[in-house]
Amino acid sequence: MNNLIDEFRNSETARKMVRILSEYKGRPVNLMEVCGTHTMSIFRFGIRDVLPESIRLLSGPGCPVCVTPNYFIDAAIELAKMDDVIITTFGDMMRVPGNGSSLLEQKASGKDIRIVYSPLDSLKIAANNPDKKVVFLSVGFETTTPVSALTVIKAKEEGINNFYLLSANKTMPEVLKTLCLDPEVNIDGFIYPGHVSVITGTAMYDEIAEKYGMPGVIAGFEPLDILHAIIRLVSNIMSGRVLSENGYKRAVNPEGNPVALARLYEVFEPCDARWRGIGLIPGSGLKMRDAYADYDAWKAFDIKVLDHSDPKGCLCGEVLKGKRTPKECKLFNTICTPENPVGACMVSSEGTCAAYYKYDMKR
Amino acid sequence: MCLAIPGKVVKITEKTCVVDIMGAEREASTELLDGVKVGDYVLVHAGCAIQKMDEQEALDTIRMFEEMKDIAHE
Repeated sequence: MNNLIDEFRNSETARKMVRILSEYKGRPVNLMEVCGTHTMSIFRFGIRDVLPESIRLLSGPGCPVCVTPNYFIDAAIELAKMDDVIITTFGDMMRVPGNGSSLLEQKASGKDIRIVYSPLDSLKIAANNPDKKVVFLSVGFETTTPVSALTVIKAKEEGINNFYLLSANKTMPEVLKTLCLDPEVNIDGFIYPGHVSVITGTAMYDEIAEKYGMPGVIAGFEPLDILHAIIRLVSNIMSGRVLSENGYKRAVNPEGNPVALARLYEVFEPCDARWRGIGLIPGSGLKMRDAYADYDAWKAFDIKVLDHSDPKGCLCGEVLKGKRTPKECKLFNTICTPENPVGACMVSSEGTCAAYYKYDMKR
Repeated sequence: MCLAIPGKVVKITEKTCVVDIMGAEREASTELLDGVKVGDYVLVHAGCAIQKMDEQEALDTIRMFEEMKDIAHE
């Protein structure tokens, strides 16, 4: 099956799909790829370049680093400044600017901040440093949160008492509904995130079709997956079929991954959450349950959030909702660049601004 | 961040498996996925196997791609 990756990149089939798309004669349609990994694939495989002008792809709020508000970075930096704290984090978080500094700058000044491949790696660090407190910066959607939850469960099982999560985990359904209801957001259909769907299953998308009137297709990450999703979505929009389809059946089944979901909801419960540039969305986040309060860095370190503001002049919020493109932001490629980012969308490799900067500058 | 890579399970221990990802072997936790067996293809995300890949569905999808005709207009 490893070889099947080649089949999902087959150039002959891709050309045929591109031809099908190029013959599209219907009204202009706006499709939103919700997931940051899709945004990356779309740019990497040049998919925007082969679409007719009437089929427009907008990037959505599906890069967890990009939607994490500044105050989370500020809280992480405050923890990093404590002598007995080791911060562990995914690498994407390092260069996100808080209101004064970034984790990378803090690391350069000698703070103990370590990039990990998996949250589980934090447990080994905690076990090897019993006189330190190890805090993992837990961001991510339904794909990643079960791994954070598993890490906490294992810490409890293994009696590791110097491990904590600073969590800002979020879930997809409520932000998708928020986009559907926003009169300024002009979307005709969603390309749904394949690896969130691996965990959640497909029911939430049926609700978005039935109650919010928005069609969508769950897509994998290979070029044929994405081209196919676009063709199906445009076909359904033109035919008036408001439904959700699964184009990634090799990985996504209707019920999702019940073991991962059980772990997730053992440790976390839904809460209201702030999204960078978008604001507070009820029920769109996850907080740790009281039973795991000892592992919750917000509680254990009594962290207070005073400032909810986003960087001035930054259009991240508009970009995350698909209302504007990065090039419409005055900061883009002037004072905001990958080397010196202002907004998170320029930092993460999955961020829309970073993708535009890397792949779209010559236009 | 939701990147997940498919690989073939080549070895199983109590709570982990070794996954061959394009020739590179990598350990992954099996504590988020039931019934992982040697020979399965799994998606690995942040050090955990999160789902089995269904080979028959993959083949069916490729066939469906090849048979696509056009976009329906109305």
